[in-house]
Amino acid sequence: MKIDCKHVWDHISDYIDGDVEPMLRAEIDRHLEHCEICSAVMDSTRNVVILMADERIFEIPRGYSERLHQRLEAVLNEEQS
Amino acid sequence: MTPQPSMTAEATAQIIAQILAGEKHLFHNLIRPLERAVFVMLFGLLRNETDAEDAAQEAFIKVYRNLHNFRGDAKFSTWVISIARNEGLGLLRKRSSRPEEPLEPDLDGEAPRGDFTPAMLTDWREVPLEALERKELRQCLCRAILNLPPIYRDVVQLRDIDEMDVQETADTLGITPGSVKVRLHRARIMLQKELVPVLKGFAPPKRGLFGRRV
Ligand SMILES: [Zn+2]
Repeated sequence: MKIDCKHVWDHISDYIDGDVEPMLRAEIDRHLEHCEICSAVMDSTRNVVILMADERIFEIPRGYSERLHQRLEAVLNEEQS
Repeated sequence: MTPQPSMTAEATAQIIAQILAGEKHLFHNLIRPLERAVFVMLFGLLRNETDAEDAAQEAFIKVYRNLHNFRGDAKFSTWVISIARNEGLGLLRKRSSRPEEPLEPDLDGEAPRGDFTPAMLTDWREVPLEALERKELRQCLCRAILNLPPIYRDVVQLRDIDEMDVQETADTLGITPGSVKVRLHRARIMLQKELVPVLKGFAPPKRGLFGRRV
């Protein structure tokens, strides 16, 4: 089985997640070794996925946690009685 | 971001049992690891910090009042995120005069409407995590994620940001694991396409001879 670039793109996401069959994975690896476009596409997509997972991307409003726990404390207490 | 970095299912079940037995104050500790994920989920839906914060409070109150209904066949984090999501979707329905968040039908079975071809390039210089110190980069990433069509943003949120697995994501969204994978794939390609030209500007400079920066 010889795979082309388009075929590799179809599996980028599963490849990054380690979710492709060993045979296909080997084929993709072989393709990536000689295809600079696919290897750059793969590396850049993986880079995006790693950056996205970083906590700093979404800022939480200052005092969010304090206000949340204050509100919860009130609910917890009112239901005590 | 892992919603519950260190709490095992057993530890969670234990704390829930204690809360239900009257040690209510333990509820604070129970939800602390999920505060962030809930806010981010609601911000993605509502696009407004104040609304997201209010909705997060309401969602956690619902979690507390329904704690006796938690069965333990799902992960606690998945259950909480689902409650938060429903809270957010309920608010969106109330806001229905504001059309920015159409509730899209399930389109996975149909031919994709968008273009899911990645941006072409021939070499990639890794953008390291340190680059996220720069606010412009964080904003670009944030905006790109928020601008995804909702069905794609959902899976990115749960899989890549909250780090749920495929099955948990499928359960939370009420779709099949196959759909989760298809949507995540398309979402990542769309993000790659949009972000590659931006990210290039944040890669460290090429190194010259002897590792000197040039
Ligand atoms: Zn190729």
